[in-house]
Amino acid sequence: MSYSPVQPMHIPDGFLSTLVSVVFWTLSILALAVALKRVGRDLGERQMPLMGVLSAAIFAGQMLNFTVAGGTSGHLMGTTLATILVGPWAAMIVMTTVVSIQALIFQDGGLLALGANIFNMGLIGVTVSYFVYTSIRKLARGRSWGIFAGGALAAWSSIVVASLAAALQLALSGTSPANLAIPAMAGIHMLIGIGEGLITFGALVFLYSARRDLLNINESAPKGSKAIWVGGLVLAVVLAILSPLASTHPDGLEWVAGRNGFLEAARAPFFNTIPDYVFPGISNQALASILAGILGTLLVFGVALAVAVLRRGQKDHKHPYTDSQE
Amino acid sequence: MHIHFLDPYQPLKSPVHSLDARIKFILTVAFILTASLAPSAAWPVYILLLAAILAVEILSGLGMIYVLKRALLALPFVLAALPVIFTIKGQALFNLAIGPWLLTASSEGLARFVSVAFKSWLSVQAAIVLAASTRFPELLQAMRAVGIPRLLVGMFGLTWRYLFVLVDEALRLLRARTARSGQSRQAGNKPGGSLAWRAHMAGGMAGNLFLRAFERSDRIYVAMLSRGYDGEVRTLPIPAFSGSNWLTLGTGLFFLAILLIFGSLLWG
Repeated sequence: MSYSPVQPMHIPDGFLSTLVSVVFWTLSILALAVALKRVGRDLGERQMPLMGVLSAAIFAGQMLNFTVAGGTSGHLMGTTLATILVGPWAAMIVMTTVVSIQALIFQDGGLLALGANIFNMGLIGVTVSYFVYTSIRKLARGRSWGIFAGGALAAWSSIVVASLAAALQLALSGTSPANLAIPAMAGIHMLIGIGEGLITFGALVFLYSARRDLLNINESAPKGSKAIWVGGLVLAVVLAILSPLASTHPDGLEWVAGRNGFLEAARAPFFNTIPDYVFPGISNQALASILAGILGTLLVFGVALAVAVLRRGQKDHKHPYTDSQE
Repeated sequence: MHIHFLDPYQPLKSPVHSLDARIKFILTVAFILTASLAPSAAWPVYILLLAAILAVEILSGLGMIYVLKRALLALPFVLAALPVIFTIKGQALFNLAIGPWLLTASSEGLARFVSVAFKSWLSVQAAIVLAASTRFPELLQAMRAVGIPRLLVGMFGLTWRYLFVLVDEALRLLRARTARSGQSRQAGNKPGGSLAWRAHMAGGMAGNLFLRAFERSDRIYVAMLSRGYDGEVRTLPIPAFSGSNWLTLGTGLFFLAILLIFGSLLWG
């Protein structure tokens, strides 16, 4: 039994262009500033322990899994449950904390890409969850099926919409072509989302019978929630329209991404007086430089390995390290 | 049972471990930023960055094997960039026939793919060294020093504090399920119930975990209140940044800046 960190939605570093990373960092910071202010007003001094422990619970809850078939298992992301239990603003902070600690400690998602990951899982996940959940609750007119169906559907759609956002970011960075990334990400997460929906459903059924008061059934919505509802609607609609559009006509996205490439290309011929290193016998220049690169990497590796081995010899001699190392 | 295997911190004595957490934090971010900004296919820059991070790994006593093993975790994501080999137009390299499609790999596409994978590999190594050589409280202090809001840093700290408690709780729930219904190690014994039922029960357990977390947070709040908590996050003052710290930080940033400038001039 171990914590399995890599989930397909956490984008590692290196996959997003610097521009895309910075733009999504900015968006996330702006939204978080609003959320922090709101939460301070709504929850007061109780906020710290409540949100801190809930973040830890979401973290731990991601270990709860169920066997699907052939060694695979479904498990929980927890965005929707957090949104239902503590409201959208606090859920944004909670998910931000979870995603940040995953990146900082477990390298699950990159540090530079963290802004985008917070945006996808913290902000988009929560707003879409909130929008779907409250809309279905309203449709059900207070009957209990609205809670369960709303929660399950909110969980499914939050995962799918967040994955669409991740695919668009990858496509904008020029890392993955839009016409492949979007259908692939959406397809995988439509399946993963079913597990999330079922678990969320089970959790809500349990909480409904054990502690109905926690589901805030009769409470009025916290202030500023309307903005989130509208935000969720807009996000869901925009991504739902943009994604198929981008995947059938990737030219538009490539044009946007290409503008960065153009800027780089425009700077290129400046210093080309220094000849590129070319491999003898290989006429393809790009391939030759890749091979040279691999050779260089191996060389650095060899030197590093030699240094490490030499140091180990010294270490056995002097025992400089504590015995806490296993 | 206590979950310590989760904590990646390795208690060793090394120059990297004893370095101020603020320096490590800033240099790690700068390193990842440099890798990200370095132009595509600037192999010498990547190799120098690799040499730098490998040197730090050896200096820290963590060992290359430890870091590289952990770095493998980020590998599956490389699949997302794989199609780029075939979609970027350029000099044709080889053809691949999959069913009715004929894919043509271009050398430019291959260069782009290898660049993405290399950058990602470099970045994840830097992040691993940071996490494995820095105690979490020191990391929190570093984050506060670079201006991350106090409330958010406080939340990170609380989450970290109770992470292990709640993971223990989750493992107890899982053990109880295994004991009563769930799975058997013996071959041929399938887990009980239908798929939907199993998912439903996992949901009930998640609900249970959240409920316990809520109740625990009540107790924590009352305990904090009893010790004079008034909603303000109070922390120890951040120690001054010494001259030698500035020197280390400056040298590191200078090295990265030089690499970046040469990289963009020569291969940009």
